[in-house]
Amino acid sequence: MLILCIESSCDETAAAVVRDGREMLSNVVASQVDVHARYGGVVPELASRKHVEAISVVIKAALEEADVALEQIEGIGVTRGPGLVGALLVGLSTAKAMAWGLEVPLVGVHHIEGHILAPFLERAPAFPFLALAVSGGHSHLYRVDGIGQYRTLGRTLDDAAGEAYDKVAKLLGLGYPGGALIDRLAGQGDPKAINFPRPMLHRPDFDFSFSGIKTAVMQYVHKSSRPIDETHIADISASFQASMVEVLTTKALRAAAAEGLERIVVAGGVACNSGLRRQFSQLAAKHGLEVFFPSPALCGDNAAMLGVPADYYLQKGLHADGKMNAVSSWPLDTVTV
Amino acid sequence: MKAWDVTTDGPDQTAALGTLVGEYCVPGMVLLLNGELGAGKTCFAQGVARGVGVSASTPVTSPSYTLLNVHQGRMPLYHFDLYRLSIVDDLADIGYDEFAESDGLTLVEWADRMLDGMDASLSITIKYDAEFRRKFSFAAFDLHGRELLGKLESFWCKGSENPPVSP
Repeated sequence: MLILCIESSCDETAAAVVRDGREMLSNVVASQVDVHARYGGVVPELASRKHVEAISVVIKAALEEADVALEQIEGIGVTRGPGLVGALLVGLSTAKAMAWGLEVPLVGVHHIEGHILAPFLERAPAFPFLALAVSGGHSHLYRVDGIGQYRTLGRTLDDAAGEAYDKVAKLLGLGYPGGALIDRLAGQGDPKAINFPRPMLHRPDFDFSFSGIKTAVMQYVHKSSRPIDETHIADISASFQASMVEVLTTKALRAAAAEGLERIVVAGGVACNSGLRRQFSQLAAKHGLEVFFPSPALCGDNAAMLGVPADYYLQKGLHADGKMNAVSSWPLDTVTV
Repeated sequence: MKAWDVTTDGPDQTAALGTLVGEYCVPGMVLLLNGELGAGKTCFAQGVARGVGVSASTPVTSPSYTLLNVHQGRMPLYHFDLYRLSIVDDLADIGYDEFAESDGLTLVEWADRMLDGMDASLSITIKYDAEFRRKFSFAAFDLHGRELLGKLESFWCKGSENPPVSP
């Protein structure tokens, strides 16, 4: 089945064409990194108005790149939530209108469901597996027993991991995207230079808290007698990254062990982080686990990832009708097949 | 304008102050929350949410990326964060006015990026000193804000020797 996928839940406007829920024919994202860079580290909202401007452009580009005519599309998958209603509605209204016009079935998909199923477009993990979804807005651990079968095991109680990265980058006067810059600088610094806290590491549950690490970096920077020069920033980046990576990997491995899971999917924008990838790969090898990372284009927000669940639901005959609405707050556990 | 300053010692006290504020809030109020990265805005906001009656099992997370998180207590809590917004038009795009003019409690982090006292009942600015104690500067801009500040001042001062940790 040839599916057109549309995503507009947060900053990115994106469209993709996916065949049979496994083969990505195109994946177009109206990336705003240049716009962000103009604002010197403060990330502006790509608001619903900008989604309106971008959506028909990205859909057209996705079809062209896939070399697929609009008439060949057999189904449409769209992000229904969670996110800002205004932003979601741009994708949702477009998808509804196109499905009606083309007389093809439509299905609404959970944004995070797309992220944690993204590896199926490359190297499919077998169910069940543990999923760690880490991005600017999410830091969640899920047990995944199949498409549409998710259980939350843990989540952040304050800041998301990607948010902590971006805010620490801002504290250090680095630019945007902060996470990628810290990751690069961390490779040049000493991860043991500063002992930043590892919040909630020793608690038996699988929840995270990253706000305290950010505050510890802020206090360190203000108190430090050593000048905040290039080497020092590299040391702070490396030490901060060591703390983040230790918390994320330790909790994920502990959750996998508790649930008896042998495979781990790490998804979302922070899954691009090289320090996190390295540590996960080392630990997985040591514990006999298999770990899956989507390639960078499928880590950040994109539309192709929606093709995996969309194809599954449409094949099952689970179609949405014209009344389908955006859902701003939508726990993944409540997605049902 | 009525103003009041108070210093808290540690995150527990910051959250306790937030909880008291939340308890005294009435529907329709708008609270503006300002302070640098790491000042304690989200910690204070978590306290406000508990004071408004948001269940302790609901994580009150930072809305920096989501821009708005909605929680249900004895009234709806609209928790905004303007950190990522760049122009005033963005505020309209996320539907800010509809929430701020509703019967819920609207709490806005990084408010000074585009809002001022004209738009609010109360503004709260957090600064930290050399020992990282947090100084809260409250300013009230309407009747509800002044009433809240009056209650807060008398309650918090009564226990000033040992400020309440969980009121």
